[in-house]
Amino acid sequence: MIQYTKKIILDPVQALGRYSQLLFKAFGAVPEFSTYRKNLWEQMIHVGIDSMPIVMLAAAFSGAVTTVQTSYQLVSPLIPKSIIGSIVVPSMVLELGAVVTGFILAGRVGARIAAELGTMRVTEQIDALEAMGLNSIGYLIVPRVIAGIVMFPVLYVAACFVGIGGGMLVGHLGGFVPMGVFVDGAREFFQPFDPIFGLIKCLVFGFIITSVSCFKGYYTRGGAEGVGKATTEAAVASCVLLLLADLILAATLL
Amino acid sequence: MISVQNLHKSFRGKAVLNGVDLEILEGETLAIIGRSGSGKSVLMKHIIGLLQPDAGKITVDGIDINAISYADLRRIRQNFGVLFQGGALFDSMSSFDNVAFPLRTFTSMTEEEIEHVVLECLGMVELPEVGAKMPSELSGGMQKRVALARAVALKPRYILYDEPTSGLDPETSNTIDDLIQNLSDQLNVTSIVVTHDMHSVLNIADKAAFVHDGRMHWAGTIDELHRSDDQILRSFVKANEYLIGK
Repeated sequence: MIQYTKKIILDPVQALGRYSQLLFKAFGAVPEFSTYRKNLWEQMIHVGIDSMPIVMLAAAFSGAVTTVQTSYQLVSPLIPKSIIGSIVVPSMVLELGAVVTGFILAGRVGARIAAELGTMRVTEQIDALEAMGLNSIGYLIVPRVIAGIVMFPVLYVAACFVGIGGGMLVGHLGGFVPMGVFVDGAREFFQPFDPIFGLIKCLVFGFIITSVSCFKGYYTRGGAEGVGKATTEAAVASCVLLLLADLILAATLL
Repeated sequence: MISVQNLHKSFRGKAVLNGVDLEILEGETLAIIGRSGSGKSVLMKHIIGLLQPDAGKITVDGIDINAISYADLRRIRQNFGVLFQGGALFDSMSSFDNVAFPLRTFTSMTEEEIEHVVLECLGMVELPEVGAKMPSELSGGMQKRVALARAVALKPRYILYDEPTSGLDPETSNTIDDLIQNLSDQLNVTSIVVTHDMHSVLNIADKAAFVHDGRMHWAGTIDELHRSDDQILRSFVKANEYLIGK
């Protein structure tokens, strides 16, 4: 019973404390950023450029499926077809663009970060960085978190364009809604705050995914098993926190 | 000079170091010996500040490394070169880039100057031709030698070796021992070798310190080690087959 209580209550509190401590140290390392600049470019390529194809593929299908399902649910002579555009576009901009990108990054980038740092931890590569006199948190974590915060909005914008384009194209080719009508519907209900809200979510999601994955990887214990555990925990924790943040942001900003 | 005073360290309630005292003088090669799990590597990690003691004091050139800022500690660490047990080469970089890494990070040398130093260091460890190879393409012994080249790239005043010969065949172990000996002579560094390989100790060390039950059980010169009648020490040395046949 005591062990169970510890696992349920104390362990998460302890983890939160260590996570906060890591973030505090990471912020403290920001002034030395010039030393780690080269590493930032590498991380921006890993997080952003390398993730672009899979994010665009998922976004295109999300947009297309949303169009098909919306037209299926709202098939009625009383409802104008432009409603499809007015549902698909805000869905992509407000929710799907950011969340689909977030889940892909949690699985692809989050797992990669945790595995990479976890392996560096168990093979003493992080100790080697420290022993040289380098700030390992500054060198390994700060560039990854900045890359996540910078590249997530870029991926989100691409996901929105491709998702909306995919939805529009499938709607047109499938005979669900002509392109012009789709665009008219999108314009009619467009709210300027929607993309701003989407971008705010991206900044938060980018921070959550990279910082949580760095935390899991940096404090990996044990050998190969520990790395595997850290990788899984990073992906799962990122997804759960991402959903939680999504709800909090929607409830507070919309 | 490095001094360790009354060092205590526990992990999850289990005492690993229980009041260790040690002094390492400038220019000497000290071997820290002891059974596996006796706390030798933990002691070494304290010396460079990778672990924080529960109690006790570690001074490097008179500076208490646990009483200074992280920035100052990092400056002190730049006087150290460390050879980790598994080499700890950065597996995303070639051997050349591994050795060049501290030079690119901590000096304002040009790429030409860096190339010159890297080739010199790889030459010192008798691997001038492996610069383009990734760590995964090297054998265990070669990885340790490249890691040694990286450790000496910044010409440190102190070099720490964590089990430099563990997991290596006797011939490669001898090569590593010779390299440690040559580096000590050539660079005139203070070396601390954590090992349980008595063959290495006799080859390279000026002094030995025996850690047992979390304490510094015995310390002395290699001659004194030969003559010691301490039962626990003799038992350890015998177990290493050093005295077998004597």
